[in-house]
Amino acid sequence: MSPDSVTAPAVRQPSAGGRTAARVRAARNRRLLVLAARVLLLAGLLVAWEVLARTEVIDSFNFSMPSKIWDQLRQWTMHGTAQGSLGEQIWVTLQEALQGWVIGVAAGVALGIAFGRMPFLAEVVGPFIKVLNALPRIVLAPIFLLWFGLGSASKVASAVVLVFFPVFFNAFQGAREVDRNLVANARVLGASNRKVTLQVVIPSATSWIFTSLHVSFGFALIGAIVGEYLGASKGLGLLVYTAQANFNPAGVYAGMAILAAVALMAEGLLTLVEKRLFRWKSQHSDRSS
Amino acid sequence: MIKDTPPGGTPAIELRGAGKVFRTPSGAAHTAVRDLDLTVRQGEFVAVVGPTGCGKSTTLTLVSGLEEPTEGEVLIGGRPVDGIHPGVGFVFQQDAVFPWRTVLSNVMAGPRFRGVPKAEARQRARDWLRRVGLAAFADRYPHQLSGGQRKRVALAQTFVNDPAILLMDEPFSALDVQTRALMSDELLELWGGARDGRSPASVVFVTHDLEEAIALADRVVVMTAGPATVKEVFPIALPRPRRVESVRLEARFIEIYREIWSALGEEVRITRERGAGHVA
Repeated sequence: MSPDSVTAPAVRQPSAGGRTAARVRAARNRRLLVLAARVLLLAGLLVAWEVLARTEVIDSFNFSMPSKIWDQLRQWTMHGTAQGSLGEQIWVTLQEALQGWVIGVAAGVALGIAFGRMPFLAEVVGPFIKVLNALPRIVLAPIFLLWFGLGSASKVASAVVLVFFPVFFNAFQGAREVDRNLVANARVLGASNRKVTLQVVIPSATSWIFTSLHVSFGFALIGAIVGEYLGASKGLGLLVYTAQANFNPAGVYAGMAILAAVALMAEGLLTLVEKRLFRWKSQHSDRSS
Repeated sequence: MIKDTPPGGTPAIELRGAGKVFRTPSGAAHTAVRDLDLTVRQGEFVAVVGPTGCGKSTTLTLVSGLEEPTEGEVLIGGRPVDGIHPGVGFVFQQDAVFPWRTVLSNVMAGPRFRGVPKAEARQRARDWLRRVGLAAFADRYPHQLSGGQRKRVALAQTFVNDPAILLMDEPFSALDVQTRALMSDELLELWGGARDGRSPASVVFVTHDLEEAIALADRVVVMTAGPATVKEVFPIALPRPRRVESVRLEARFIEIYREIWSALGEEVRITRERGAGHVA
């Protein structure tokens, strides 16, 4: 029961209903206002960019302009790119990023939880993991290109190494910070070690893990793009690379716009899943009553 | 009452010279309890009182098997404790219900952990939810309940396993005063009616509230300031069934209270002076 529903009837009945309606109206108006301001801001930025570029205040070659980028997007959509249809490029990159993400997340969660549950293992392997983490992992991408060739495997591999570490560290932390009372309670109630891991440690580490999932899908995209950039036959990274090599800044910006849209959609999907998974969590984060 | 000769003659719980030394993170040794001798008869309700932070809770973790004693012996039903005993139930001071499970699923957890088929576990859980008055809340999540309701879930979760030994670590200390009195009455009722036909569970109830201890228990054990050991044991000759709110107004209750407080008060004073010493 929310505090409002408790106190509201205590106040004078007739005005209470009117006040609630007014509050709802005010909240809706505010939402609309924020939305309108956002649209205005975006439009303002685009117009300013266009005008500044057309009047040569900023170098139109380096910065391109929204109308050119739009033309480029239209051309790719209508007539396809030099490497095939635009949809295919998006799909290839998305597939590589997704595969890398899934593998990286699975490995990160499994190892993170395992290490969190086995202090001895964590102590032995800890320094090695630190060294690997300190390495700027993007330099592994050329190596993967040598190992796995120009196909999608090398892109998946670079996505995996980028995704693995943040997920691993969060899962590890989550497994170690499980409420000791919950573990003790589960053990007294009769849970075996395996059941404590599966039914207490993993559920309570999920909020930690999800924090890292949001960041890590962005990393997976980076991995795939950088891989493609270094050498590929398809994908958005190659598209951007080709545009750059042809001195076509509009193409580079158009590629960026597509990537941003893809990343946003993935983020939205993840938030949806998270909401379903965390129904047990309090919406207002007030645990007292 | 012929409590001295329970069926079988073996006490439910026995601590013989038990002690527990913890290693603090800095490496120093911290003695939580020492030379602990305590016997709990079958079906007996024992309350343990002592100054805050004296090591009362450690006694419970030793009996439950969550921790091993570093000295002496702990026996359940005449056998040394080796790991967590299946007949033990433990109600914790803090919320220990699983926040990601619904109320029903929380109460089902124990039987499911122990391999009871789902349908039977659900039926037993529903029965216990009804007994603690939460039948209508089966599908809620813990965060949607009040503190008292969550405690009822914890009680149902423990009782559904049909424990022969019930360990309670200041279970009601986080509740407000009215809810606490109510829960004490409910606990006595549940305890009396839990194991239909058989003798009730043997209870060790740790608290720092002397009134609560007297109102609930057959015997009250007073612990010394830490490192804790048993100072004195007082039998509570108040008739059952008791109502917590009315029993504490009886002349006999007040007499017992005064008697036990003379023993407990001294330990509380020692603890407080030590605390003052730390501050100074």
